[in-house]
Order: sequence, then structure tokens, then C-alpha cells
Amino acid sequence: MSQSTLAVAEATTTEAPAPAAAEEGAAPATTEGTGAEGGHGGFPPMDAHTFPSQIFWLVIFFGLLYLLMSKLALPRMEAVLTKRHKAIESDLSKASALKHETEAAIRHYEKSLADARANAQGIATETRAKIAAEIEAERSALEKTLSAKLAEADARISATKAKAMQDVNEVAAETAAEIVSALTGAPVSKDQAARAIAGLKG
Amino acid sequence: MAQGIDPIHQFQLHDLAGPWNIAGHEISFTNSALFMGIAVALVTGTILAAAARGELVPGRLQSIGELWYEFVHNMVKNVLGHEGKAFFPLVFTIFSFVLVANMLGMFPYFFTVTSHVVITATLAVFVVALVVVVGIARHGLGWFKLFVPSGVPMVILPFISLIEVISFLSRPVSLGLRLFGNMLAGHIVLKVFAGFVVLLGSMGFGGIIGSIAPLGMAVALTALEFLVAFLQAFVFAILTCVYLNDALHTHH
Repeated sequence: MSQSTLAVAEATTTEAPAPAAAEEGAAPATTEGTGAEGGHGGFPPMDAHTFPSQIFWLVIFFGLLYLLMSKLALPRMEAVLTKRHKAIESDLSKASALKHETEAAIRHYEKSLADARANAQGIATETRAKIAAEIEAERSALEKTLSAKLAEADARISATKAKAMQDVNEVAAETAAEIVSALTGAPVSKDQAARAIAGLKG
Repeated sequence: MAQGIDPIHQFQLHDLAGPWNIAGHEISFTNSALFMGIAVALVTGTILAAAARGELVPGRLQSIGELWYEFVHNMVKNVLGHEGKAFFPLVFTIFSFVLVANMLGMFPYFFTVTSHVVITATLAVFVVALVVVVGIARHGLGWFKLFVPSGVPMVILPFISLIEVISFLSRPVSLGLRLFGNMLAGHIVLKVFAGFVVLLGSMGFGGIIGSIAPLGMAVALTALEFLVAFLQAFVFAILTCVYLNDALHTHH
């Protein structure tokens, strides 16, 4: 049976490369069983004699590869990739959790900073007001004593001035009386001279 | 020599163990099977090593694993939503298997598993069959409303449905052929340009000068092929998501 199919295959496929077909004519008989090896005239990919062997081994090796891949290699590969995927995911979620934590800490810090700033501002205002009040009190006290001293000094000045004027008037009257008596020879009392001066002045 | 620059030789399968037979079919352990096994070991080893440390801050290897995981995870989530979670291991397996098989093919002397149409077609048929099974399991026979768009006049409805059915049936074809074609064509072109370099280089001084252009082309194509190797794995995975979306959400 295999010989008959071989002969058919060779007959059909050796039509194109005709010159070689002549010597091939006797070949199937001698190379029976190993036609693939012996036949040079035929076009090997069209040599139907080799088909069963190729299909047989293809089925075996393809099936073997499928089994190895589906049962052994691909699940392992998938496990590796899943492991990486999970590791990355957990790292990412950890990172985002840490980020949230950081953000909360920053918010907390900023809040306490703002609180402290407000607090400081309050203290500063309070202190400023207190100091201003103290300064004001001191100033008004000082002003009061100063104005008291000023008034006292004024009073003293005016008293001194009045006394001095009195003294001047007396000196003037005495001098005037003596001048008049010296000039006229008539005795003039101090009172008369004083009255006269007062009248001049008036 | 001729074998060294034969751009087709790189797609040849060799028996590494066997021949073994099951029910008349040969199932020898070939270089294709070996590179499928290497792809499985690489994917499993990388993801397990990346997940082993499980550090919170990933190192280089762990970053690669996580990038890989997240890339497919986002793709499934964006296209299928939360209901698509059950299909994540499947889409991851498809993407990783195709990606690593494509990338392994970029090493010189390595075999490109996805450059054989039977591999890409089997994967594509499996995806579309899964869409049908999941669709019917989830929505019962009502899932077939997928082929009957609402708001279409009765007159042209049969034609539209026919087009929808054809477009659905062409999905495994386009899905499988896209990956197969890209990987096959890219490696052939790469090999052809590299073959030019070898051929011209063996022709003396003039040939060596002349081989600079194809060498540059081969370097540029290698970069492009790395892009294609990633892009086709991505396209295959995202189309798987898009098709599965039809099974989960029928509103069209």
C-alpha cells in the first residue's frame, strides 16, 4: 500500500522537474521504505511518502509541547507574573497609605502652626496693650507732677517778681526823696515820694 | 559539489532511526522529527528556565520569557477577550512551535520543519477543525448562522452563504500554504544566492569580484528571512486567534 501511494506521489510531483524523473522511474523499488532518503528527483515537500512520518512526529511533539506548556511552563510563568503584580500592588497601596499619613501629619503640623501663630499674635497684642497702658499711666503721672512743679515755680516767680517790684519801688522812693531834698533842700518823707511815684506810674 | 548548491537538497528528509511502521505507514524518526524535538526542548527549556528564578526584578533570561509570555497573552486577550483564556496555552504552543521551528531553520545545515506543506497543513487543519468543534460545542447548531449573515436580502442569501462557506473552507488552505510558501521560498532563494557565491568564487579572481553582489544579497536576505520567520509565526498565531474568535463569538 505504501508503495502504491509513493508511486502516485512521485508520478504527480516529478512532472515539473522532468529531466530527473527518468532515472527516478526505477527508484521506488530500490529505495522502498527510505524513499525520502534516496529520491533526489522528487520535490521533497511534496513527497507523500514522508507524510505519515511527519504527521506522526508532529502530533507527538506538538502534543508534548502543549502538555508541557499548559501543565508545567505557563502556570509557573503566570505565578511569577502574578507574584510581581501583587508585590507591585501591595507596594503601591502601602505607598499611598504612607502618603495619606504624611498628608495628615502635614495638616496637623500646619494647624498647630496656625494655632501657635494666632496665640502669639494674641499675646503680642495683649502685651502691647498692657505696655501702652502702663506707658500712658506713667506719662500722665509724670505730666501731673510736672505741671504741679510748673505751677509752683510760676507762683514762686510771680511772688519773687512782686517782691522785687516792691523793693524797686521802695528804692526808687528813697532815692527820689533824697534827690529831691538834695536839690531843693526841703525835707521830703519817704511816703510822699512813694505817693508821687505811684501817681507818675498811674 | 552539485549537491552542495542544489537549493532543494536542504528539504530532503533522512531516516535517523527506523524504518518503523505502524499499520503500513512508515513513521521513521527523521531529521524533521529531530528538529521538532529540538524545538520542543528549546521552548520548554527557555520558559522553564525563565520562570525558575521567579525574581521580582527579572534578569535577561526571565525578561525574554516574560516578553514571550506577555506577547502571546496580549494577543489572545485582545482578539478573544476573557473567554479566550482557555485557548491561551494552545495559541502559545502554536506560536512557540512555529517560531522556534522557523528560527532553527535559519541555521546552516539545520532542517526547517515548517518548510514542509504536510506540517503546516496539519497545523492549519487542526486549527480550523478546532474552530468547528468549539463552535458547535459552544453554540450548538446555531453556530452555523456564522455562514448566514444577518441583514442580507433573501434573494442573494444563498450566494452569500455559499461564499461564506467557501471562504471558511479556504482558511486551512491559506493558513497552511502561507507559512509553507514563505519558509520554502525564502530558503530556496537564500540557497540560490549562496550557490551563486560558491559558483562564481570558484571561477578565479573575476568570479570573486562578481560574487560580491550575490553575497550582499544573501546577507540581506538572511536578515529578511529572520523577519519572515518571526512574522509568519506571528501571523499563524494571530490568525488562529481570529478564527477561534468565530467559534466563541458568532455575531458577525
